[in-house]
Amino acid sequence: MAEVSLHKLVKRYDDVLAVRGIDLHIQDQEFVVLVGPSGCGKSTTLRMVAGLEDVSDGDIRIGGDVVNDVPPKERDIAMVFQNYALYPHMTVAENMSFGLRLKRFPKDEIKRRVDEAARILNIAELLDRKPRQLSGGQRQRVAMGRAIVRDPQVFLFDEPLSNLDAKLRVQMRTEIKRVHQLVPVTTVYVTHDQVEAMTLADRVVVMNGGRIEQVGPPDELYHAPATRFVAAFIGSPSMNVLPCRLEAEGDDLIVRLAGGLSLPAPPDRKARYGPWVGKDLLFGLRPEHLTDPGARRNGGPSAEITATPDLVESMGMETMIFFTLDGHEMAARLDPTVRPKTGEALTLVADLSRMHLMDAESERVL
Amino acid sequence: MVAAAETSAAAAGRGRAYSSMSRDRRWALRWSYVFLTLFAVIFLMPPVYMLITSLKSSAEISTAANPWWVFDPTLANYADLLSQQQFLIFFRNSILVSVLVVSITMLISVPAAFALARMKFWGSTALATGVFLTYLVPETLLFIPLFKIFAELQMFSGISLINNWWTLVIIYPTLTVPFCTWIMIGYFASIPKELDEAALIDGATWIQTLTKVFIPVALPGLIAAGIFAFTVSWAQFLYPMVFTTSADQLVLPVGIVTTLIKGDVFNWGQIMTGALLTAMPPLVLYAFLMDYYIAGLTSGATKG
Repeated sequence: MAEVSLHKLVKRYDDVLAVRGIDLHIQDQEFVVLVGPSGCGKSTTLRMVAGLEDVSDGDIRIGGDVVNDVPPKERDIAMVFQNYALYPHMTVAENMSFGLRLKRFPKDEIKRRVDEAARILNIAELLDRKPRQLSGGQRQRVAMGRAIVRDPQVFLFDEPLSNLDAKLRVQMRTEIKRVHQLVPVTTVYVTHDQVEAMTLADRVVVMNGGRIEQVGPPDELYHAPATRFVAAFIGSPSMNVLPCRLEAEGDDLIVRLAGGLSLPAPPDRKARYGPWVGKDLLFGLRPEHLTDPGARRNGGPSAEITATPDLVESMGMETMIFFTLDGHEMAARLDPTVRPKTGEALTLVADLSRMHLMDAESERVL
Repeated sequence: MVAAAETSAAAAGRGRAYSSMSRDRRWALRWSYVFLTLFAVIFLMPPVYMLITSLKSSAEISTAANPWWVFDPTLANYADLLSQQQFLIFFRNSILVSVLVVSITMLISVPAAFALARMKFWGSTALATGVFLTYLVPETLLFIPLFKIFAELQMFSGISLINNWWTLVIIYPTLTVPFCTWIMIGYFASIPKELDEAALIDGATWIQTLTKVFIPVALPGLIAAGIFAFTVSWAQFLYPMVFTTSADQLVLPVGIVTTLIKGDVFNWGQIMTGALLTAMPPLVLYAFLMDYYIAGLTSGATKG
């Protein structure tokens, strides 16, 4: 078990900067998920921690030691790959014990560890099979088993569930969480799926363009995003974002949208927003905070918005509507009992105690 | 080929009632059978002729009767040839040369291909292309300078490099190594990158990754390359013709031609028998390893 820390980590491919000097400290036994769109540098970062990519600049420490020039096998890490990377000519047991056999562990110790991992992962009856005889989910379990038997300091997962179908992905997600509870090893997990990130992580690291946008527990990322990117990336559908201007009206602050609609800002944020009066900003509100008038609210400031849905999606547990406001695509999440019709105007209520304001230029949340 | 034809036949049968595509397919299938039959006849004619002639006595061959029929079949040619000590020596030399060449080729080309396919080092791509280019230089261009070099070396070192069967073991790899390396590069490149990364993380060295992961996974490719090396060295004619002269140093292809043609007397019956027996080992090898050979040649070409 060990802490992992990245210090001003840079990865350069010829002229391209894939990772632009990131700092991150991962606690012992912590489950950290790196999430971001394709090409954001998350996999490159993980591969640098694994030792599969050279570090262009900065330091990686595992358990306090700088490992920049330490080969992968001496880093005491285990990695699970997206395509499982099982050795096709070996049985499940041989796959899992390969690393231990290379290190010349005693036979009975190898057997004990393989049996233990197989028990944890429910693959005891598959030990004599070859990878081609396994389903995708079973292969993924074996790949995890191969990591577990090594009893490493750090687990690295590189988009391990991307090759699985939707149902199995949910199942394996739970499985990974359960395994981490049983075997609490420091884990770095890379995914582009924000749901995976939110459900698995102790802390989520949102990356974009080779930089870290925000690090925090899933809840914090969702409710207090630091930037417009995080606000839009976390949550599905994305947060509604509209250009606005902050104005003072007597003692109160109001947010005036481009179309002229004015919304009262929460009084408790007066001090925070005060310096931004008269500036061009972005107004953000999640679809679930733009609801039907019948929905329960927490009593904060609210405003009514008239919407004409372009599209209605009935999901059973909720109804999503999509409409246009001031030329911007908007989404609202309604109670399933409300049955809006496409093209028919209805009144929505915006829960402004949950609104966000962002600087239009830096796109940082105020 | 047969499997492909069967599949399309089945598809044609199924599709007959349903789509206009099926008519095109049916015609395509008919044409493919026409050409397959044509090619089979053309390519099988020489071996069949060899078989027929090998079963004839010299007297029957010289009577110029129907060359495609045996009126008085005899195994005398086989008995004569197989009882000749010389023929057995040729056979032994051929086996020794081929087996050694295959071993040397594998020992060189497998690590070379692994290095060129996986251990990205400066100039590896250019080197890989270079390896292939050497294969394109024809042996007809090389045998005179090679002979000269070997003769000079012999003079210089005192080691008798000319007229020794084992000289062929040194020469043939110049033909087999480039091509086998090229086949293996393609094959290794088709193995997912994650597999060696997993091995690397599991604690394997490059050599262990090669021996414990790549070689077992790429076995069909290895066998394809091995069969190729065997066939090339078994059938090689020009180099042994040039480098070996004594009867006890000859390999089969040259041995048959030089000992069974005496002056202007062609002992056709024995020549054909010898040729047929010479063709046997590669034939047997192909028959047993055909599936591996095809899998090796095709799967290296595409990813996945």
